[in-house]
Amino acid sequence: MHTRREHLAAIVTILPSIILLGIFVYGFIANSIYMSTTDWGQTAAMSLDPQIESVGLDNYRDLFTGFLNVRFRQDLVNMFFFTLLFVGLSLLVGLVLATIIDQLFWGETFFRTVFLYPMSLSMVVTGTIWRWILQPRGGINVLPTLIGLPPGKFLWLSSRDQRLVFDWSHLLHYACWVLLVVLAISAYSQWRQGKKGRLAWHLVICGVLAGLIASRVLTRLRLLPYPEMHGFNDALWGVVIAAVWQMSGYTMALYLAGLRTIPSELREAARVDGGSELQIYRYVDLPLLKPITASAIVILGHIALKIFDLIFAISSPDHYPTSMPAVTMFLKAFRGNELAVGSAIGVILFFIVSLLIVPYLIVSFRREE
Amino acid sequence: MSSGKTIRVLAQILAVLLAMVYLVPIYMTLITSLKAPAEINVMTAWALPSKAHWASYGVAWERFAPNLQNSFVLAISATLLSAIMGSLNGYVLSKYRIPGGKVALPLIVFGMFIPYQSVLVPLFRFMQQTRLYGGLPGLILVHVVYGLPITTLLFRSFYQEIPDELVDASSIDGAGFWGIFRHLILPLSGPPFLVVCIWQFTQIWNEFLFAVTLTKPSSQPITVALANLAGGQAVSWNLPMAGSVLAALPTTIVYVLLGRYFVRGLLAGALKG
Repeated sequence: MHTRREHLAAIVTILPSIILLGIFVYGFIANSIYMSTTDWGQTAAMSLDPQIESVGLDNYRDLFTGFLNVRFRQDLVNMFFFTLLFVGLSLLVGLVLATIIDQLFWGETFFRTVFLYPMSLSMVVTGTIWRWILQPRGGINVLPTLIGLPPGKFLWLSSRDQRLVFDWSHLLHYACWVLLVVLAISAYSQWRQGKKGRLAWHLVICGVLAGLIASRVLTRLRLLPYPEMHGFNDALWGVVIAAVWQMSGYTMALYLAGLRTIPSELREAARVDGGSELQIYRYVDLPLLKPITASAIVILGHIALKIFDLIFAISSPDHYPTSMPAVTMFLKAFRGNELAVGSAIGVILFFIVSLLIVPYLIVSFRREE
Repeated sequence: MSSGKTIRVLAQILAVLLAMVYLVPIYMTLITSLKAPAEINVMTAWALPSKAHWASYGVAWERFAPNLQNSFVLAISATLLSAIMGSLNGYVLSKYRIPGGKVALPLIVFGMFIPYQSVLVPLFRFMQQTRLYGGLPGLILVHVVYGLPITTLLFRSFYQEIPDELVDASSIDGAGFWGIFRHLILPLSGPPFLVVCIWQFTQIWNEFLFAVTLTKPSSQPITVALANLAGGQAVSWNLPMAGSVLAALPTTIVYVLLGRYFVRGLLAGALKG
């Protein structure tokens, strides 16, 4: 219906955006990948026409096994636990808030506004505020004294304690365990949905993983010549609390929108069949919210994986116990002039985030067609 | 029915309690910002100030006024530019079949999910080579480009709801590409523009990574200035708290006045597909 002239106008209109994004997204990612395979840094970092040489995958090998990059490895562990806790708690708290708001007699708008308000703040503001509240001898820790109890002692942001400590040289072994648990959960859900074909595949892979773990081949395949202990840093709790405070309103809004789209006839029918309020919630509402949980996991997950500003403001980029890969990338590239290593960390982050985002985009856009 | 009622009363009580918990950081920020430095003491951190001490706001204002101005220039211009471009892109992608149009959208949208660390070094070098490094125009350009995915996506979803028959009818009446945009699409674009602008303004105002890597001190937005101030250990806490209030004020006003549109942007970003 449109003439050729109009089509041309349409193409010319969108072309600048395509070119800009082509360069700024895809071109720059390609360039980062290339730069990460060079020795660009130190003195060459300063010159506009740097003399750089290819070093293959050395930067990556160094990050994962090099003696000096122990901080980056703890960053990855921090990122893993932070993402797990932040996403899990945000979903849980958001669901609770949405369920509560859905039941209110009055003040729905007010409560929704309060719970969602932190979303409109900068992570830098959130970090600054929580840094004050989570002071070792102030804020939350003096709360018990208001009712005559001794003050709290927990170091929300500065604790050096580690839990779930493991040896990095056995990383592959632990990765197998994590994969096994994830696949087992997935297999269980396939079984419940009666998808026989997929279930079989899951079980085969689970069997292989279990075999690998049992044979202890992977523990003999050491990544490092010496044991290097990493674990969950207690200091991450402060960051998790601040981040959940900021983002749980978002999951609340998502879940509330979901609850509102559930047709009331559906609940009414369950009620007629003698279902209690709790049963209706469990067997009518919750299953219908599953797709929302899936998109919330992706959105919150990618925010958690690249968290930077909150860490910067709540502790400091140099504070080791709460550091994340995104922070170390910034320090390496822009404080230490190790541009190649910084690029390598950026590329690693890119691939981790892509694992989450690409399937999500494929599913979303397929469904649209 | 009575069990349903008990649940609702319980929910009401819980909502009040949780709202108090959620407001704790806001309370702490406000009371600390209103205390005289000498009165700030960890043991009385929760107590109201004995007398409202507004001087911290004066100091914070003096210190942050240039940064606030940078943030306003940055956020307003980048918001408008990315909204206008997003609107045109959304129009093209929803109403015209262009070669590669089907793959274009996912490829564009992917750009809003990437960790910006993966483009930061080439971006930094690009800005240096084009002499855009350090100033506001460069930062505006960066925010416009990386804002395009979300603005394009939002406008496209809105425009898809405009029936194609309307477009065809205007086309038959002799309206061309720009005629249809001006006389049909644009008059219907009020609400989407509001949603997109509020979303972009909030995002850009609050952004930190690009701001801290790509600007020199004289062009730094408020987020960077606040982080620098709070990062210094010697500062007493009334100043960072007053600064936080100043930094949060514009987005807070937008949120309180136009929260409905803020939520719509939020949901549209995630619930697509």
